[in-house]
Amino acid sequence: MFASPMAVTGSDRAWFAGEVEHLLPELFGTALRLTRHRTDAEDLVADAVAKAWISLDSLERRDALRGWLFRILTNAFLTNRRSAAARAVHEALDDAGDEAVLFSLFERLHQPFLLWWGDPERAFLNKLLRVDLERAIDALSEPFRVVVVLVDVRGCSYQEVAAALGIPVGTVRSRLARGRAALQHALWDHARDAGLIATAGRKREEAS
Amino acid sequence: MTDERVLTCEEALRFLAEYLDGQLEQAEDRDVEGHLARCRSCYSRAEFEKQLKQQVAALGSSDVRPEFVERIREMMSRFIASPTAPGS
Repeated sequence: MFASPMAVTGSDRAWFAGEVEHLLPELFGTALRLTRHRTDAEDLVADAVAKAWISLDSLERRDALRGWLFRILTNAFLTNRRSAAARAVHEALDDAGDEAVLFSLFERLHQPFLLWWGDPERAFLNKLLRVDLERAIDALSEPFRVVVVLVDVRGCSYQEVAAALGIPVGTVRSRLARGRAALQHALWDHARDAGLIATAGRKREEAS
Repeated sequence: MTDERVLTCEEALRFLAEYLDGQLEQAEDRDVEGHLARCRSCYSRAEFEKQLKQQVAALGSSDVRPEFVERIREMMSRFIASPTAPGS
């Protein structure tokens, strides 16, 4: 459709405006998880929409708009946050030991001797509130949060995340594993504090 | 087409995250699926991780303040009216 700059028509511009408004909850939701602050997230979305508008003529097909917009949003976030100091912190985190990836919420909750239709894991997930998950993700340090958000919230492939962040796919895997483990640890801590964990799970933790 | 490789629980769990993320090659994907069809414990783990992943994915959409919708509308109107609008 937009094979050359001249191909963008008035109707394309109106269509773009309508689509952006339609996608706002998703754009904002992703931006909010990345930035952790509502006003920063709004500014990030506005920045991404402005960047997309400027390069609208590079969009090849209307059905590619969604992925294209989210790539622009992610790149805008990363450009704002990228710094030598941040990179040094990220590399130090990547070199950390493997203990962080060992935590498994399932293993804490699972009761292997329970009848198979007894399901404390599902019961636990059913009690989780959206705000519990939001807080747990927001508590992740940035390199882990960004990878978890891009893979689990946005559904990006490891290759796409590696390309966006300029890191090897192996580092994406490692950050994802650590990020998810830290997320599950935070959920476990929260659930324990809120009294959501069944007795067996608590006993196992006390014993460990 | 190669035969399914029989995985141990340890091997299946090592592949589980990539399986749920849709990142495995077809043959590995089939190997993990085969294990999950036979092993109740790993199947339960996979279902748990899948549901948690779905709940995290649901965070990708958030309510937007009406003031922000208005801000974007105004920005778009300004852009569309601009003589430097793409294709104008």
